[in-house]
Parts: sequence; structure tokens; C-alpha cells
Amino acid sequence: MDWLARLGASTLESLSALGRATQVLFGAVIAKPQPVKHFPLVVKQMYVVGVQSLLIIIVSGLFIGMVMALQGYTILVDYGAEGSLGPMVALSLLRELGPVVTALLFAGRAGSALTAEIGLMKATEQLSSLEMMAIDPLRRIIAPRLWAGIISMPMLALIFSAVGILGGHLVGVDWLGVDAGSYWSIMQATVEWNEDVLNGVIKSAVFALVVTWISVFKGYDAVPTSEGISKATTETVVYSSLAVLGLDFVLTALMFGIN
Amino acid sequence: MNSRKTELLVGAFVAMAIAAALMLAIHVANQGMESNGETYRLYAKFDNIGGLKERSAVKVGGVTIGRVDSIRLDPSDFTPVVEMTISKQYMEFPETSSVAVLTSGLLGEQYIGFTPGFSFDGIENLQDGDYIEDTKSALVLEDLIGQFLFGRDSE
Repeated sequence: MDWLARLGASTLESLSALGRATQVLFGAVIAKPQPVKHFPLVVKQMYVVGVQSLLIIIVSGLFIGMVMALQGYTILVDYGAEGSLGPMVALSLLRELGPVVTALLFAGRAGSALTAEIGLMKATEQLSSLEMMAIDPLRRIIAPRLWAGIISMPMLALIFSAVGILGGHLVGVDWLGVDAGSYWSIMQATVEWNEDVLNGVIKSAVFALVVTWISVFKGYDAVPTSEGISKATTETVVYSSLAVLGLDFVLTALMFGIN
Repeated sequence: MNSRKTELLVGAFVAMAIAAALMLAIHVANQGMESNGETYRLYAKFDNIGGLKERSAVKVGGVTIGRVDSIRLDPSDFTPVVEMTISKQYMEFPETSSVAVLTSGLLGEQYIGFTPGFSFDGIENLQDGDYIEDTKSALVLEDLIGQFLFGRDSE
């Protein structure tokens, strides 16, 4: 009977965590938004989560594009199809790697920082002080960070894909000698704006919501001790990565699966 | 970090994202024909469309003039009907034009090859919603091999 009780307890705990997370999301986003008053806060947070993530996004985008061109070339050249290098690099970046790798990097770079920051605010009772001053911490602290993440990540994913395609061009055309005309023109003939680019942006927006939501909730819900914050930060990265990879399969099946 | 500098950097970040989106739109995706321009519809019945798909290109002499919009089966005579959207730039095709399902290269994707017909007196131009009568089906490799084998038998 003991294991049954434990199962029940953990189910109840997960359900109540889900409920608290939804409360945080609603309190931060849905309940009485003040876009004008909070816009400067969002800009400041976009600097923290967006601009400061640019370097890692650009560098990894460049190298992933370069590696894909190198790997793709060695296989495609056997079939005399190295002209298809462009669409291969562009489609895999726009549809999968751009949104997914950006979300994983974002969870590691910005998500963990958000959790630690909010967790420490809770541990040092800054959140309670705000409440004592009749300022809702959900709207003053959580909402700007949530919006900044949701706005920043699709933009980061677009930059990632664009830089990756340029990296593929660098290796494929400038180094390995694929014809520049066929690299771009076959890419243009294959890639569709709605089908590929826009679906990638939608994917990225979903990942952005999930990753930022998990990050701010884990910080807000952290046990206010040094141990609790470190646990919450780890959980942010683990849960975000799992959620992104799992959701990616579902979204891919919905967007590209049935043809 | 003063707020002016923060705002500048965020502005640069947004500008960069817009530049990336523009680059993807112009250089990577073909945002040319479908977006800026009205289209009209033509229909064609084939016996066999082979590997033709929705969004396949419609080409005249290699120039893309439109795309396949939908493919369905005519319920009355069970032949595939292909609906094509053609850019309004290319309006003046005579009724005697023909279409064929072709393959680009040996292993390439299939597209519709559009051959404009001759226009002389009494022949009108194709209008929105017209059916193109003269169609040539896709070549199916198995049929070709079959014809070749039976052709040798009869000799």
C-alpha cells in the first residue's frame, strides 16, 4: 500500500505544481496587462535575455550551418547532387535546428539565469517586500521577463537560421566549390515562406512560451534556500530541454507530418 | 548599464532579427510570385499524374509561371483533375495550349510543362476557370518497360 500512497502523493504534487504554474502564467499575462507602463521593463529584460544571448546564438548557428554543409556535401557529392546542399541546409535549419537548438541554448543561457534571479529575489524576500508595497510581483517581476522571452526567442531563431545558412554557404560554396547559383536558386525553389519559415517561427514562439514559463515558474516556486535555488535552476534546464524536444515532435507531426 | 545604452542595444537586436527575416524572405524562400500579384486558375485532366504534388511548379520553357494548387479525382470519370494558379502577368495563352507532366532531371521532382499553342482567328485565350484539353500524362517507368517488352514480343 505504501507505493500506492507515494504514487498518489506524487500525482497530487505534480497536479498542484501545474496549477500553481498556470496561476503564475495567468497572473503575469492575462490579468490586467499594462503594456504602456511595463514596456520599459520589457525592453530591459529583452536586453538581458535577448541581446546577451546573441553571441552564443550566432556562433552556434554559424558552426552548425558549416558542419551540416560539410557533412551533407560528402554524402551528396557521391550522387552528383551537391546542388541540393542549399535546400538541405536551409530546410533542416528553418524547420528543426533553428527553433530547437535556439530553445535549448536559450534554456541554458537565459532560462537558468531567470530562475536563479527570481529564486534569489524570493530567498532575500524582495518579492514579499514588493507585495507589502502593494505591487504585484507577478506583474512587476514575472510578466516583463515572460514577454521578453516570448518576443526574443523567435527573433533569435531567425538570426540562428540566417547565420547558419550563411555558414553553409561559407563551407559549401567558398570552400568545397558548390556552384553559388545553384546553392541559392535550388534553395529558393524548395523553401516556402509559409510552409517552412513561418512554421519555424510558430514552433519557436511555442518553445519560447514553454521555456520562459518553466524558467520563471521554477524561480517563483523555488524553495527559498541556496539548495532550493540550485535545484530549481537545474530543473529549469532539464524540464525545458525535455519539453522542447517532446513538443518538437508533436509540432513537427502536426506541421509537416501529413502530406 | 544606463537605460539609453540598453535601449540602443535592444533596438540593434530587433533590427538584426528583421534583417534576418528579410534575408530569409528574399534570399531563401521564393517570395516572388505568389505574394505580389494576382493569379488566375486553370484546370487540366490527366490520365495519370505520376508524382505530381500540390505546390509543384508550372513552367513554360523552364520559366515558372504558376503552381499546382490542388489535385483531386473527378468523381464522374475517375480521372485526376489538377488545379493550377497562374500569375496574372501571363494571361495571353491561346486555347490550343497543352500541358504535360514532366520530370526535371533524371531523379528530380515532377512539374507541369506548359506549351503555349498557336493562336489564329477563332481561337480565344484561356480564361480563369478554363480546362486545358490537350494534356499528356506522366511517364510511368513500369508502363514503359511493359510496352518495351510487349513491343519486342510482337516483332
